[in-house]
Amino acid sequence: MFVTPAHAQTAPEATQTPAAPGAAPAGEVHTETGVAHDAAHGGGVFPPFDSAHFASQLLWLVITFGVFFLLIQKVIGPRLAAILGDRHDRIAADLNEAGRMQAEADAAVETYEKELAAARAKGAGIADAAREAAKTKAAADRAAIEAELAEKLAAAEASIADIKAKAFANVGDIASETAAVIVDQLIGGTATDAEIKTAVAAAKQGA
Amino acid sequence: MANDPIHQFQISKIVPIEIGGIDLSFTNASLFMVATVAVATGFLYFASASKSLIPGRAQSVAEMSYEFIANMLREGAGSHGMKFFPLVFSLFMFVLTANLLGLFPYFYTITSQIIVTFALAVLVIGTVVGYGFYKHGFHFLKVFVPSGIPGILLPLVVMIEIISFLSRPISLSVRLFANMLAGHITLKVFAGFIVSLAALGPIGIGGAILPLIMTVAITGLEFLVAFLQAYVFAVLTCMYLNDAVHPGGH
Repeated sequence: MFVTPAHAQTAPEATQTPAAPGAAPAGEVHTETGVAHDAAHGGGVFPPFDSAHFASQLLWLVITFGVFFLLIQKVIGPRLAAILGDRHDRIAADLNEAGRMQAEADAAVETYEKELAAARAKGAGIADAAREAAKTKAAADRAAIEAELAEKLAAAEASIADIKAKAFANVGDIASETAAVIVDQLIGGTATDAEIKTAVAAAKQGA
Repeated sequence: MANDPIHQFQISKIVPIEIGGIDLSFTNASLFMVATVAVATGFLYFASASKSLIPGRAQSVAEMSYEFIANMLREGAGSHGMKFFPLVFSLFMFVLTANLLGLFPYFYTITSQIIVTFALAVLVIGTVVGYGFYKHGFHFLKVFVPSGIPGILLPLVVMIEIISFLSRPISLSVRLFANMLAGHITLKVFAGFIVSLAALGPIGIGGAILPLIMTVAITGLEFLVAFLQAYVFAVLTCMYLNDAVHPGGH
């Protein structure tokens, strides 16, 4: 698409050139080839199509491109590949390492939680046992104290009954004596002990 | 003479060499071939010299160009095509560097020589044909016989495939050559306008601004074309190599 304006332009370019001060006839021939490069003038072919230079162009292209290709193949390609490969490997290794550490951390968390659960269970067991022991001990203590108290109570009751019996036993004597005194005072007679005792017993019975 | 847009393609001998009547002189074009190789190799060599894990700017560019071509080749010709990586990478770097060097004023553009681009294209097609026959023998000819074509159309299609195959080196070389040649001629013509108009006096100097803007714009475009043509050359090389690696596997 650029060829068209370029071709269109070569004509005025060429007409101007001879006006230049140092335009030698050789230059004229050359500028003419610029206009009509398709026409096969003697030594003036359009330079890119000038087959006179093809051999030298090819030779030097083969030499330079061959050297370039060898340098790329032997030195630069492997080197760049090594740089990129190293980086790739390094990233992969780092990712691996990170994954391994993550797994380790996960395992540690799991162990920790397992141990925590175990400790919690153990703690609960200890608390239960202590509570159980305390309960049993308290029950035993209470039973012992209650038994002791019951014993003491029984003893006290026995003693009260004894004292009461004794007191009741003394009541007959006191009554007999009192009755004898009362009889003596009231009727001035004497009553035999046997009569009084019988009376008292009868009164006691009646009471 | 100075305004002649063709003059920039003139070949001049620097060291005349003639062997057996054949002119093998070291010319200005040869000089720029050497320069292209020196610049491309030098850049890639020193950019990758430190081999750092975290790349610097130059190393990034070298790695990017490597991966650019590696991905292109892997997508174009599959993982079996990777054995051609040095070829495609050196072709790409050579053409790209030659194109870019040619954009410097007074520098010779070696890719504007049809014989140079044709030689590179022949190298590509020669590699395709050589490797194709070496690897697949006569099965390589399947590249001309697309599968799933009705029998009656087959001769026609095979004819078309053969013609298209034969035109590949021509289209590959002419595309690059014509783009570089036309671009440089256009640049020179517009730049020549500036000088011619400026010589006409005050009005001419005012009018010279237009071609100046054009020249600047086309220079920018030429940088794009320089990269694009190297890219196209490499992509087409990958596609052609795919035929050598997988003949008939369209």
